[in-house]
Amino acid sequence: MTGMTAEVMTPKEVETAKEAAIAPKFVTKGVDVYYAEKQALTNVSLDIETNQVTSLIGPSGCGKSTYLRCLNRMNDTIDICRVMGDILLDGADIYSREMDVVHLRARVGMVFQKPNPFPKSIYENVCYGPKIHGIAKNKAELDDIVHTSLQKAGLWNEVKDRMHEPGTGLSGGQQQRLCIARAVAVQPDVILMDEPCSALDPIATAKIEELIDELRVNYTIVIVTHSMQQAARVSQRTGFFHLGELVEVGETEQIFTNPKDERTQGYITGRFG
Amino acid sequence: MASDHIVKSFDDQLNRLGNVIAEMGGLAEVQLSDAMEALKRRDIEKAIEVAAGDQRIDDLESEVDHLAVSLLALRQPMATDLRDVIGALKVSSMIERVGDYAKNVAKRTSALAEVPPVPPAFTVARLGRLTQEMFKEALDSYISRDLVKASTTRNRDEEADALYTSIFRELLTYMMEDPRNITSCTHLLFVAKNLERVGDHATNIAEMTHFVVEGKTPEGERANNDESSFTVVRPAGID
Repeated sequence: MTGMTAEVMTPKEVETAKEAAIAPKFVTKGVDVYYAEKQALTNVSLDIETNQVTSLIGPSGCGKSTYLRCLNRMNDTIDICRVMGDILLDGADIYSREMDVVHLRARVGMVFQKPNPFPKSIYENVCYGPKIHGIAKNKAELDDIVHTSLQKAGLWNEVKDRMHEPGTGLSGGQQQRLCIARAVAVQPDVILMDEPCSALDPIATAKIEELIDELRVNYTIVIVTHSMQQAARVSQRTGFFHLGELVEVGETEQIFTNPKDERTQGYITGRFG
Repeated sequence: MASDHIVKSFDDQLNRLGNVIAEMGGLAEVQLSDAMEALKRRDIEKAIEVAAGDQRIDDLESEVDHLAVSLLALRQPMATDLRDVIGALKVSSMIERVGDYAKNVAKRTSALAEVPPVPPAFTVARLGRLTQEMFKEALDSYISRDLVKASTTRNRDEEADALYTSIFRELLTYMMEDPRNITSCTHLLFVAKNLERVGDHATNIAEMTHFVVEGKTPEGERANNDESSFTVVRPAGID
């Protein structure tokens, strides 16, 4: 869906867009991940549906963050980490030699647990990505991208008069939305979120959750969360990880009302011992 | 019953919910059998006792509501726990209705004791035994989460409906035979209707057993033998 605007599409383009909307954004098959000798993920096969929110839940150390980090090759930054299996983004193997990792990480953006704005102004935080990726032709276009990104992240009204103040001066919730604006600014297809609300208060959390729901229209979102209520509130599909395996994946409602696997049942009802 | 939660007080609350349902069910069973006994013996005193006893069931229903709301608000139960809470809410209101039917049977006993008995009372007593058994079986299935028992109960409702339809015909016939029978027959008709409803609630409770265990209610329509809504009995010698 990159760069899709309100322009009129030809019937053929409409067809292609429809097909693209139906096909999963990510197809992953038989993914194994090792940190040195230690196996962190075992044979994970999971499709990430386009324009849906997929939440990954499971106890600490179950591999859900490891899986998330495979989707934009963040694990490459860890020397001892080996990733095996197929991870296809729109049908293309992201671990192939031809894949440009910098470009991949622009297409598959990431938001972390702790808000991590650059120690620069709010404006510069958002314009940095588009600038280095050469997305904007001139200053006017850049201003426009910063404006729409902040609007999409629901932050515009709160910061429009202080664009040149440091991003680190914002509240935690605002900083997290700034990070979302920063991810959105490079026009990604997918946004990965690793515990995006665990450092936020309930009001800031609610704002992020509302935002996730709005962003879903244009982006595919994968969120790792420790809050099952959050997974239930924001996602359409939920995957449960345990001991490096994907135990169960399904419609969020089914997972939380009638999970099929006993381990899922045990975890979500608070019976894990 | 609930066990093994990491937070023990969650187990305690869920178990308390189950215990109140069991207590309510037990009380409603006794109310129903006492009401039928009073009807059979034309025992007005006992009937009054039954009518007064309904309050206790209503109080327990309020307690279930309170417990369930607090569990939903404070524990955010999921999966089987969630279904347990929803099941308790629904089953408690069904038991409360059965209590009301028992009370209504008891009230009519006072009126029936003042008029001469009519033979269909025996068939009504038979419907009473059948629906009491169904109700007991449904409660047992719910409390012990026994799907086999639940299915049996659900299938017996057919029998109750058929019996109710035949009572309906029998009562109409007696009323036509002699207008002096109308008072007792009309009261008995309401008693029979109450009992038929007890059978329906027993079926619903059995379906809730399926819901709490399997996450879905059984598929497919049950056979329905209640034809009383379409029944016409013509006086002899006409047409």
